[in-house]
Amino acid sequence: MSKKVAFMQGNEACAHGAIYAGCRFFAGYPITPSTEVAEVLSAELPKVGGSFIQMEDEIGAMAAVIGASLTGVKALTATSGPGFSLKQENIGYACITEVPCVIINVMRGGPSTGMPTGPSQSDVMQAKWGTHGDHPAICLVPASVQELFTETVRAFNLSEKFRTPVTVMPDEIVGHMRERIVFPEPGELEVVNRPAPTVPPADYRPYDTSFGDVPPLAAFGSGYRFHVTGLNKAEDGFPTTRAGIVQAEEERQVRKIEKATDEIVTWEEYLLDDADIAIVAFGSTSRSARFAVNEARKHGIRAGLFRIITYWPFPEKQIADLASRVKAIITPEMNLGMTLHEVRRCVKGMTPVSGIFRVDGEPIGPAQILAGIREVM
Amino acid sequence: MGFDYGKYIRPGKLPHIWCPGCGHGIVMKGLIRAIDSVGFSKDMTSIVSGIGCASRLPGYVDFCTLHTTHGRGVAFATGIKMAKPEMNVICVGGDGDGVAIGGNHFIHACRRNIDITYLIMNNNIYGMTGGQFSPTTPTGAKASTTPYGNPDPPFDIAKLAIGAGATFVARGTAFHAAQIDKLLAEAMRHKGFSVVEILDSCPTTYGRRNKYKSVIEMMNHLKDVAVPLSAAEKMTAEQLRGKVITGVLYKENKPEYASEYRKLVERVQAG
Amino acid sequence: MISSFERHGAMEKKKPVVLVNERYCKGCHICVEFCPTSVFEMRGFTAVVKNPEACIACMQCELRCPDFAVTVSQ
Repeated sequence: MSKKVAFMQGNEACAHGAIYAGCRFFAGYPITPSTEVAEVLSAELPKVGGSFIQMEDEIGAMAAVIGASLTGVKALTATSGPGFSLKQENIGYACITEVPCVIINVMRGGPSTGMPTGPSQSDVMQAKWGTHGDHPAICLVPASVQELFTETVRAFNLSEKFRTPVTVMPDEIVGHMRERIVFPEPGELEVVNRPAPTVPPADYRPYDTSFGDVPPLAAFGSGYRFHVTGLNKAEDGFPTTRAGIVQAEEERQVRKIEKATDEIVTWEEYLLDDADIAIVAFGSTSRSARFAVNEARKHGIRAGLFRIITYWPFPEKQIADLASRVKAIITPEMNLGMTLHEVRRCVKGMTPVSGIFRVDGEPIGPAQILAGIREVM
Repeated sequence: MGFDYGKYIRPGKLPHIWCPGCGHGIVMKGLIRAIDSVGFSKDMTSIVSGIGCASRLPGYVDFCTLHTTHGRGVAFATGIKMAKPEMNVICVGGDGDGVAIGGNHFIHACRRNIDITYLIMNNNIYGMTGGQFSPTTPTGAKASTTPYGNPDPPFDIAKLAIGAGATFVARGTAFHAAQIDKLLAEAMRHKGFSVVEILDSCPTTYGRRNKYKSVIEMMNHLKDVAVPLSAAEKMTAEQLRGKVITGVLYKENKPEYASEYRKLVERVQAG
Repeated sequence: MISSFERHGAMEKKKPVVLVNERYCKGCHICVEFCPTSVFEMRGFTAVVKNPEACIACMQCELRCPDFAVTVSQ
């Protein structure tokens, strides 16, 4: 039997990926350029018995998603720059309460209203540092329609496995472009469901570290009664200000993602084996970079591409290793140097790193990257 | 004779954090009696709150409880109700939480008529942060941020709820303790968004700035201003000046949001 | 028919017991001030039962005690 193939927009593929992953709840608020995710799910979720709700604002949408997830349902919201800013409050709440949920942020220009229909890659730092306090972050940056589908599935899997919010951030170009997608068959991609508690309700503690750094989360209405609060809490879920407990819980929340970095981080290497120059790029910019690498090689320049797929946790080890193999690294990105900063942090001065930045709402084309490669040579 | 609150209070959680004479404890007892009288099971009842003194209530009671972010309780509750309509969902909070920072969620929950009971403990002040004026602080009243008297006019929460589309709206006071559970029980039995405002007092941050000499004076104030709806109907506008009408102020039957959405799902699935 | 003895016995049985849990009481005075038969008094920062025989079991103290401290039982 041949697989189902479609010509589809990235945001639409994202919505179908969510359904594939078992998402049965969406709450959102209209915002360009992510609205198609909501539009498709408003049609698709009722078909599979799920719920769609358009909330009164972005904050309420994030809140409803967390509330829904606490009943054991996989829940999603989708937004863009200004909405992502508004959601930070409750993203922090999901971090500290350790409630799984997925946020799609289709990146547009900023700050503020910026350029609603223009592409951008300038929310990557917000995805890590957007909400206050120390907290873990997982952020995936797909570069194609197909990958927006599969990374949405992976986002749900990571979220359920690690009890944490996960952000998927296509730039506007990836979200809005249309290309061929081959739909995975049911069962073809792994789908992870959160583990249910194994202890009787009377013994259940929502942050019981005897089960490791990711304790099982019970669902409201499943016979387990417990308390959830955004205050610093003890293993029983109730607020505490006791220094030792707060320190331990805070450290565990960050550690649970940090120590799984090797399991979470994904990237793609293209023609890097003999490369003198590495382009580190992600999203739509990585597509221009791939083209530029091919062009450079036609002119005898040994260039290669390191494509970031998991932005957070950042592929630190892989970038450090890359720095030991190449003579120069270039980071083209639709912001003013966020990835450059992060790459330099990993490279520790081993290799020169330069950036190509664009924040005018236009994509970075292959010619601009090729010019950058020539400049470095 | 007395009511066994121990059945619903989490072991070891009392005494609660509320100040001496704060009415929130009286209201919590009313809420517990109401839940008991309507027979909601502990496992299938979720109590959600935002931030503030009143929002600490869920921590004490043995249900599926969720203490969320400031003003967002109703939005979290909406997610729970939509994802699991068979759960009984109750949201609790104070005046600042509910109609200032949470005002948008509040009016839209009223508009949707989603089956959530929303208990607002209105003590006319932000107590937890030290007594700043709230959207229900009377004009002229003193608060830590209105040292010359409050220049703002207040909201009438019940009118706001009715105007926004809530299908059950009631008001009581912490003084009239025996009425609290009656109002809340009727609200819980109502299918739709029900709002119960309980006028409450904050002796610590409101009373002492506004010439209430004691907890008792504040309780007596609640006693004096409250006029039951039946009595109010026979009073003139002049007689009602400075009074607050209590009882079930509004009730109508309208399609409930979560069950209407499930009907939509069935329709779509039937093709 | 209920004999007078039985009726008396029933009344004995219904005699209310008023208790103040000193660990919970925060001394707000509400029970002291609003009890119609002056069952309570303040002793330091805590309400105590001074006059238990006067209790008519109207339950107002239990209903209005914000701190779950006052209970009225049989």
